Amino acid sequence: MIAVGLAVSLISMALLGHEILLMRLLSIAQWHHFAGMIISLALLGLGAAGTFNTLFQKWLIPRFHRVFCLNALLFGLALPATVGAARLVPLNPLEILWDPRQWLYLLQTYLILLLPFFFGGNCLSLALARFKENIHRIYFFDLLGAGAGALGIVVLLFVLPPWECPPILSMAGFAAAGLVLLNERGRRCRMAGIFTILCGAVFPLIWPQGGAFPNVSPYKGLSAALLAPGARIVAERTSPLGWLAVVESPVIPFRHAPGMSLQCTAEPPAQLGIFVDGDSMSPITRFDGDLSSLAFLDCLTSALPFHLLKNPRVLVLGAGGGMDVLTAKVNGAGTVDAVELDANVISLVGDTFGEYSGRLYGDEKVRLHAAEARSFLSRTDTTFDLIQVSLLDSFTASATGGHALSESYLYTVEALTDAYRRLAPGGCLAVTRWLKVPPRDSLKLFATAVRALDRSGVASPQGQMALIRSWSTTTLLVKKGELSGKDLERIRDFCAERAFDIDFRPGLEPGETNRFNVLDEPYLSEGAQALIGERREEFMERYKFAIEPATDDRPYFLHFFKWRTLPEILSARGRGGLPLMEWGYPVLVMTLIQAVALSLALILVPLFFLERERSAGMNGGRIAVYFSALGLAFLFMEMAFIQKLILFLGHPIYAASVVVTGFLVFAGLGSRCAAVLSRAMTPYGPNGNVLTILAAAAVIVIVSILYVIFIPGLFGRLASAGDPVRIVVSLVLIAPLAFPMGMPFPLGLKMLGESQPACIPWAWAINGCTSVLATLLASLLAIHLGFSAVVIFAAALYGVAALSAPGLPHRNPAANMRE
Amino acid sequence: MSRKSTGAFLVILLLSMAAGGVVGAADDPYDAARAKMVREIEDDARRTSERIGKTALDPRVMEIMARVPRHEFVPAAERTYAYENRPLPIGYGQTISQPYIVAVMTDLLEVGSESTVLEVGTGSGYQAAILAEYVRSVYSIEIIEELAESAAERLKRLGYDNVRVRTGDGYHGWKEHAPFDGIVVTAAAGHIPPPLLDQLKPGGRMIIPVGGPFFVQQLMLVEKDEQGKTRTRQILPVAFVPLTGGH
Repeated sequence: MIAVGLAVSLISMALLGHEILLMRLLSIAQWHHFAGMIISLALLGLGAAGTFNTLFQKWLIPRFHRVFCLNALLFGLALPATVGAARLVPLNPLEILWDPRQWLYLLQTYLILLLPFFFGGNCLSLALARFKENIHRIYFFDLLGAGAGALGIVVLLFVLPPWECPPILSMAGFAAAGLVLLNERGRRCRMAGIFTILCGAVFPLIWPQGGAFPNVSPYKGLSAALLAPGARIVAERTSPLGWLAVVESPVIPFRHAPGMSLQCTAEPPAQLGIFVDGDSMSPITRFDGDLSSLAFLDCLTSALPFHLLKNPRVLVLGAGGGMDVLTAKVNGAGTVDAVELDANVISLVGDTFGEYSGRLYGDEKVRLHAAEARSFLSRTDTTFDLIQVSLLDSFTASATGGHALSESYLYTVEALTDAYRRLAPGGCLAVTRWLKVPPRDSLKLFATAVRALDRSGVASPQGQMALIRSWSTTTLLVKKGELSGKDLERIRDFCAERAFDIDFRPGLEPGETNRFNVLDEPYLSEGAQALIGERREEFMERYKFAIEPATDDRPYFLHFFKWRTLPEILSARGRGGLPLMEWGYPVLVMTLIQAVALSLALILVPLFFLERERSAGMNGGRIAVYFSALGLAFLFMEMAFIQKLILFLGHPIYAASVVVTGFLVFAGLGSRCAAVLSRAMTPYGPNGNVLTILAAAAVIVIVSILYVIFIPGLFGRLASAGDPVRIVVSLVLIAPLAFPMGMPFPLGLKMLGESQPACIPWAWAINGCTSVLATLLASLLAIHLGFSAVVIFAAALYGVAALSAPGLPHRNPAANMRE
Repeated sequence: MSRKSTGAFLVILLLSMAAGGVVGAADDPYDAARAKMVREIEDDARRTSERIGKTALDPRVMEIMARVPRHEFVPAAERTYAYENRPLPIGYGQTISQPYIVAVMTDLLEVGSESTVLEVGTGSGYQAAILAEYVRSVYSIEIIEELAESAAERLKRLGYDNVRVRTGDGYHGWKEHAPFDGIVVTAAAGHIPPPLLDQLKPGGRMIIPVGGPFFVQQLMLVEKDEQGKTRTRQILPVAFVPLTGGH
């Protein structure tokens, strides 16, 4: 049985690894909104496997070893094959609302990509059904494997590009099949087992490599850039954070100068473009020491703070290709601290193209930090004269997939409060964003800044803020101190020379704004006035986009969708109304609806068959409630803690890995001990299993409530701790929660195993489907209510599970004794 | 004439009328579809009136939209959708814009029969054809050689002799034929090139659709006054007020 256990671990490891891999690959090929959508549906393959096994278990379980091996082999083959096949489907999500054919292509993509999850899920659910006396041990192997997979894939993605990884994961499938064969009696089986393992070992070498490179959508920035004559990729790097491609376009230069003044005759010098996952270009500007070649930098709205400050100590958040660092240097900054999350980007600008960038990142005045922006802000104790954030949208990579909207901890009230705290007296925070019409994020940012200033004890924020606008960018300036008459004069001159509009400054006259870059109505200046005034809540309520400030508990800065605008936007489709819709939220809801529909089908179909065949006492309703509640609660808890710890651990990938692995390993240990505990509890009541479940649920509820109350304070206390301490603290916090969380599921299965074993694959199907729903629902809940609410919901769901536990079918001890 | 020959003559007459009817019917699907498209655009324009500053688009523009065979400008695979009010892919990551947007942009340009117009980003050539129908000459620049060549060939075949297409970087405009009464910049602009602004006549207009390939978020109108100073206006193609309850 150990062999089967290890095989289960391998499959589980490869399944989780593949999920994360698909997220990477799809983000490169398309956009991560749609990647999340596709992943969620693919995961339903696990539920489908459970349903399939429920229906055919009478035939499958007696042939367990053969079926397991076959599925493990198919799993191994399907991993790279499906990735290759999916890229051939001409899916273009941009056309989905225009072209009904795209729905067909989407369906094809789902069906192709769910295959590995189906085969892998078959293996797991069959193993649980076959070894029902040792379910907790099998489940332990399952969780352990998943934990290893979460960590392993991150390590692998540092070493290999994502498109070369599927054949590596295939090795696990082959090894699993081989192990089970080796375990069989008979020399032929054992020989077959060894042969299979050897095949697995050489598989990555024989699988054709070229086929798997993602088909980057022709509508992404990288594809467009490469269409220019002579354009080519001159460097590539890959990590779990993203695939970087540096493009050189000698014939038709990039000329990247966001919102450059129309009065400016300067042209940007040659630039190289760094594309992240085929989009989001950040340029490396050529600098050979000749400052006059960089005159264009002074024509951008982001140059404003340099006209107010002399030789400032600058902090650049999101350094990218270095344009802000260059601006700071050109304007005589005293020192520049540049924060960039992706170490590969730093290496590209500093080393590979060091010469090209004029040794920008090697400059003595420039200090580089490979860190996440918000994390740096909260850990540093230096003060700065200028904190510059330009056109940065921090995307946290989702370890569990299914997130259609990205969390951003940089544009929350707490983050801006932190930033304000880091300013020296008289210093400025300058945030530049692309202009959207009608304004959305500019107004949300303004509202966030006002609230942050309120929290920092500023009596009248309006004296310290300025908002300027070019034809495509806005720059918000927040000063630590009142904007003086001289400051206002400088702002006025800066804008007049460049034909920028001032949308907010203390003492703004009506008629002074919206002159050069005219919006239909002075939405931005009217909005800013409203947001600073007494009736800001009313304004935010009336506005057709969601512009309430984001907080650390609800870190969804890019969420603008309001349900009540949907009818208006849809009816305006023919008149170009669709771009008004912010896609993240509707895609999330659509994915959820599809997932619910599919899940219901997958869960209800087997129930129909089961109820008909089995005798009374099955109580399908209770089983469904129990396992659904568990499926939702486990992932709610896990996802909420990933988010809480992303801030604490300071890095989206590492946080996700530590939390996921920690949860899975401790839950695995909990599951292993569940049987022991259950036996220990037997003398105390009618059913030891039920008692253990109740005890576990009680612990979970108490611990999670304590965490919601005390964790923010605890993290605040540990603000200056180093990384190793933080990781240890995180694991210490995870353990008492995850350990009891690992018990209810295997115990429930054990109870089924003793009385209604036919229901085991069905319970697995329910668990699979609700896990998928959980990732989507958790996002939705978090957007509306925050992560603390998600934790409370999870605790409540464990309570629901505990209450339905006594109703689960179980062996009657009295009946046993009579036998 | 004998009875037989009269009969034969009548038969031939009837047959040729039938044949003519068949040939006529073959053109019908596109004609009918195009007329429907124009009606839809007129309806939409009425509903957007405030935002674009008028109750209807210039009748000249609508009349041209009813004439130009849009189906000639889309790939064969997309012909069935040519007259739907939606953008269509034309290859190389480019699209032909939604007809409503094309109509609004042409209308906003406010050029006349004596005008010279520059287009940066030829794409399929549809916008150039629309303009060519009523201005004096159109000069169009396209970065992607294949698109430039096929657009040029197509425009020539359809009889648009007053359009010149060349392959190249539109950043520096087309100095030989400057200044222009109107400039349309459909290629994604990292920033608005100063040379293009220079080549715009005082009193002229430049239109730039802002957004992605399938989604035009807003239309940016650049106006140059008689003194040479420029001003931009952001125009939403759809009537949308971001505040409920009026303001």
